[in-house]
Amino acid sequence: MAGYLLRRLVQSVLILLGVTLVTFFLLYVLPADPVRQIAGRSATAETVESIRRQLGLDQPFWVQYGRYLWNLLHLDLGRSYLQRSEVAELIRARLPPTLLLMAGAILCELVLGLTMGIVAALRPGTATDNGLMIASFVGVSAPQFVVGLLLLYLFGVRLHWLPISGYGTFAHLVLPSLTLGILGAGWYSRMMRSSMVEVLRQDFIRTARAKGLTRRRVILRHALPNAILPIVAMIGIDIGVFMGGIVVVESVFGWPGIGQLAWQAIQRVDIPIIMGVTIVSAVAIVLGNLLADLVAPFIDPRIRLR
Amino acid sequence: MPPGGQFLLGTDLLGRDLLTRILYGARTSLVIGVVANGIALLIGTLVGVTAGYFRGWLGSILMRFTDLMMAFPALLLAIALAAIFSPSLWIVALVIALVNWVQVARVLYTETTSLAERDFVQAERAIGAGTGRILGLHILPHLLPTIIVYGTLGISTTVLLEATLSFLGIGVQPPQPSWGNIIFENQTYFQAAPWLVFFPGVAILLLALAFNLVGDALRDVLDPTQRGRG
Amino acid sequence: MTRLLASTALLLALAGPALAQATDTYTPDPNAREGGSITITYKDDVSTLDPAIGYDWQNWSMIKSIFDGLMDYVPGTTDLRPGLAESYEISEDGLTYTFHLRPGVKFHNGREMTSEDVVYSLNRVTDPETQSPGAGFFGAIEGYDAQIAGEAEGLSGVTAPDPQTVQIKLSRPDATFLHLMALNFSYVVPREAVEEFGADFGRNPVGTGAYKLAEWTLGQRLVFEKNPDYWTPGVPYLDQITFEIGQEPVVALLRLQNGEVDIPGDGIPPAKFQEVMSDPAQAERVVQGGQLQTGYVTMNVTQPPFDNADVRHAVNMAINKDRIVQIINGRAIPANQPLPPSMPGYTQDYEGYAYDPEGAKALLAQAGFADGFETELYVMNTDPNPRIAQAIQQDLAAIGIDASIQALAQANVIEAGGAGTAPMIWSGGMAWIADFPDPANFYYPILGCAGAEPGGWNWAKYCNEELDAQAAQADSISDPARSAERLQMWSDIYMKVMEDAPWAPVFNEERFTMKSPRMGGADNLYVDPVSIPVNYDYVYVTE
Repeated sequence: MAGYLLRRLVQSVLILLGVTLVTFFLLYVLPADPVRQIAGRSATAETVESIRRQLGLDQPFWVQYGRYLWNLLHLDLGRSYLQRSEVAELIRARLPPTLLLMAGAILCELVLGLTMGIVAALRPGTATDNGLMIASFVGVSAPQFVVGLLLLYLFGVRLHWLPISGYGTFAHLVLPSLTLGILGAGWYSRMMRSSMVEVLRQDFIRTARAKGLTRRRVILRHALPNAILPIVAMIGIDIGVFMGGIVVVESVFGWPGIGQLAWQAIQRVDIPIIMGVTIVSAVAIVLGNLLADLVAPFIDPRIRLR
Repeated sequence: MPPGGQFLLGTDLLGRDLLTRILYGARTSLVIGVVANGIALLIGTLVGVTAGYFRGWLGSILMRFTDLMMAFPALLLAIALAAIFSPSLWIVALVIALVNWVQVARVLYTETTSLAERDFVQAERAIGAGTGRILGLHILPHLLPTIIVYGTLGISTTVLLEATLSFLGIGVQPPQPSWGNIIFENQTYFQAAPWLVFFPGVAILLLALAFNLVGDALRDVLDPTQRGRG
Repeated sequence: MTRLLASTALLLALAGPALAQATDTYTPDPNAREGGSITITYKDDVSTLDPAIGYDWQNWSMIKSIFDGLMDYVPGTTDLRPGLAESYEISEDGLTYTFHLRPGVKFHNGREMTSEDVVYSLNRVTDPETQSPGAGFFGAIEGYDAQIAGEAEGLSGVTAPDPQTVQIKLSRPDATFLHLMALNFSYVVPREAVEEFGADFGRNPVGTGAYKLAEWTLGQRLVFEKNPDYWTPGVPYLDQITFEIGQEPVVALLRLQNGEVDIPGDGIPPAKFQEVMSDPAQAERVVQGGQLQTGYVTMNVTQPPFDNADVRHAVNMAINKDRIVQIINGRAIPANQPLPPSMPGYTQDYEGYAYDPEGAKALLAQAGFADGFETELYVMNTDPNPRIAQAIQQDLAAIGIDASIQALAQANVIEAGGAGTAPMIWSGGMAWIADFPDPANFYYPILGCAGAEPGGWNWAKYCNEELDAQAAQADSISDPARSAERLQMWSDIYMKVMEDAPWAPVFNEERFTMKSPRMGGADNLYVDPVSIPVNYDYVYVTE
């Protein structure tokens, strides 16, 4: 176990290193000059060159990358070109709203997805089952920005039930979480259904039934816990899916999180922020995957860590 | 102009018929869906099969590279790439392909490794059959169902990704319509003219849904043991 | 709804010889009431409040409220008045400016401001290590070249003979110099605070201004508190301003209607514009004013086919500006020259190129392009710019020009424009809003030879040395008494630009600021041409 963990950690670090290299390279070849953005409209060619020198952007690629890594090693993500604040601080300020949004989305996924999956599994082959499974496909096929705009229109503009956008209260959280979670809900309901159907077929359920336990008790006490576990393990993987989704969802709902920070930085070629957000996302994804793999054997003893 | 009368679904702010734009947008979405997905399948198959069949250092490198791609926030990567190259239909397709091949590669890698261990492949090897022959006659035909399933499901992912990029304004260039950029152009007027967002949105949904349903049905028919996320 | 048109500076300039010294013509609002607090919203984050660095829509006037410069503007106008300097003298040759500081001005940290602080601030903004986007404005100060090259310990032309006096020597006369002393980049900062916070000074600003920063939650809100020791007695009127960040304009408007917000900083959202303007109760709380902005299409004059003036004239005649103004809900007025109408030096009686597609076609044929040609139109990829570009594209198609649109991120368009690889660019969202109310600000970077260098903002790559010489001559007239003569020269320069037509000017944006019923103060404070969008120091609440 310890050996496995060590190997996975080394692997993760190597992957993260690769992510920084690829991102850094992409930003290096970007056909937009960050120095122009810093120097402003009235800058002379000399000013531009002087800023380029100070930021070390006149150096060859490997020198620039090496220096970035060296700073990263000291947990220094650098300073934003345009805001001049520390990238770490900017990200830290934006992290709580994003985490809150993700938590909300996971809750939506689980509540919606699991309920749909269980209901469908208990009546396999019926119209309810088919209807729910088609609904889950709709969830999987719906573009997030369309879902977001439609929810916003329905509940915000037409019904006035919920605020259109912004951040602060629980009511603000509902629509963005739902939008971000609807995709996952579709997947979870399908997985929950198949997992549940499988569990219900197994011996111990039949034994429980035979002991004369009520159907309700059998489902709640015996079938559910066993069916849910493999799905909970998937949450780790969700984080990667979310990291893409937040750019769209945060921009539709004006949510002050990492996604908006990233999108603004991409538009203005604020390279340190883009790098920082990519690294933070990649760390989250790698940790999520690692977590999912580590939890798996506890849930399904047939899986062994290799 | 709202829906009805001469313009069945109404017109947009430049006075263009929305129905016509959606119909032309379908072409854009389908072209990207097929092209991008084709490239993704090609790269994915190449990487997955090569890594799975040859293993060794080549396989290691290829699979570590796919791991790396998995750790990228996909949309962030697509946005960065779309911003780097000046966007056009083909660039958008390429960007999507570069993001989407990873999944295919991983699935095919797993299948190829297990196929390569199977007796009939080992037997072929023992009698000295060439690599090309084994791959062409024994491995690829067995992978075909998976490739078809992923090819179909992938189109829906691609259509969604294209719509998202266009929605952010970094997709297909106007005035060429794509469902995503129709929504992008009209979203500020969303409250006054919701149909401008609603109809193209439904179009994206239906197309993605169609390919998802077909892909899922194919999976059940071709390979009932396969399950997973897309 | 109130409409404010011509700037008072223009009227003053046309009225006859200007006063030798800019004086404060402001009379305090007799109805002003002290106290109260208001809420203002913005969508985008405030990046920094460092006056040497901040250059955004949101932080521009915030910085004006936290810091001060030697010069200032009469609130709501483009007229200069003394700021931290009580008075000043200009030498006969126009090369030496002597500023006498107002005594007893204190920074927010309690220390008294002296002439050393002014010297430090000007040295700081031009220090290459500050990386200020505004350093280039101060090119006329003696010693600028050595300073910007990092070879000097400060600007040799800026000295402090005594604690109350600052002397600034120029290497060439610069008629815009007093405007530069009222520009954010020249604002006075205390050395000890800059050194304490380093690069984070922009998050912990300390100035002499009417407000001080009380709270800043990144990406969410900022709170400004009244500076009780402010050097203009009675100002500011408000005790507190809360800026809420990350609010969509649509939401801001709804909250305004609910009485939760006093001013939506990003204005009335396009989608709601007609609804608001057709409701008399709401429309009466909207203030409309000109903005020192022009939206234009550049044509790269160094490359065929736009090296042919006939082609450029044809493009000017082909664009249906009224229709484009319609596309943005009439929130602009059609433009026929580079300068906006509220800018001193604007040519009132110029007719421009009338919309005439037939004539444009004929001109194209005459230029040898009877069958038209293919080209590219670059545009920034945020709404409404791609829509405007498509309208231009349709207009061009009508005369046979097939322009394909390249909608890119702002940085990429600027890059292509600077490199000269973009044949046509629609400037919307990127350029040009005046930094200060003077016609010179519309020439050098975007139409002069200096800006035509690779990487410069003159995307048409238009370089007319004769005009550059005339511009230099106009700007050597630094005697305020001859300002009418100088403005006439500038007007002539822009007329010549229009003859060469490196641009097709399309429209000048109008500003529409909405306020809650309790907001008081003259209308021109809400469309202040300098403190964009609102002059926070002089507005008040009536309840």
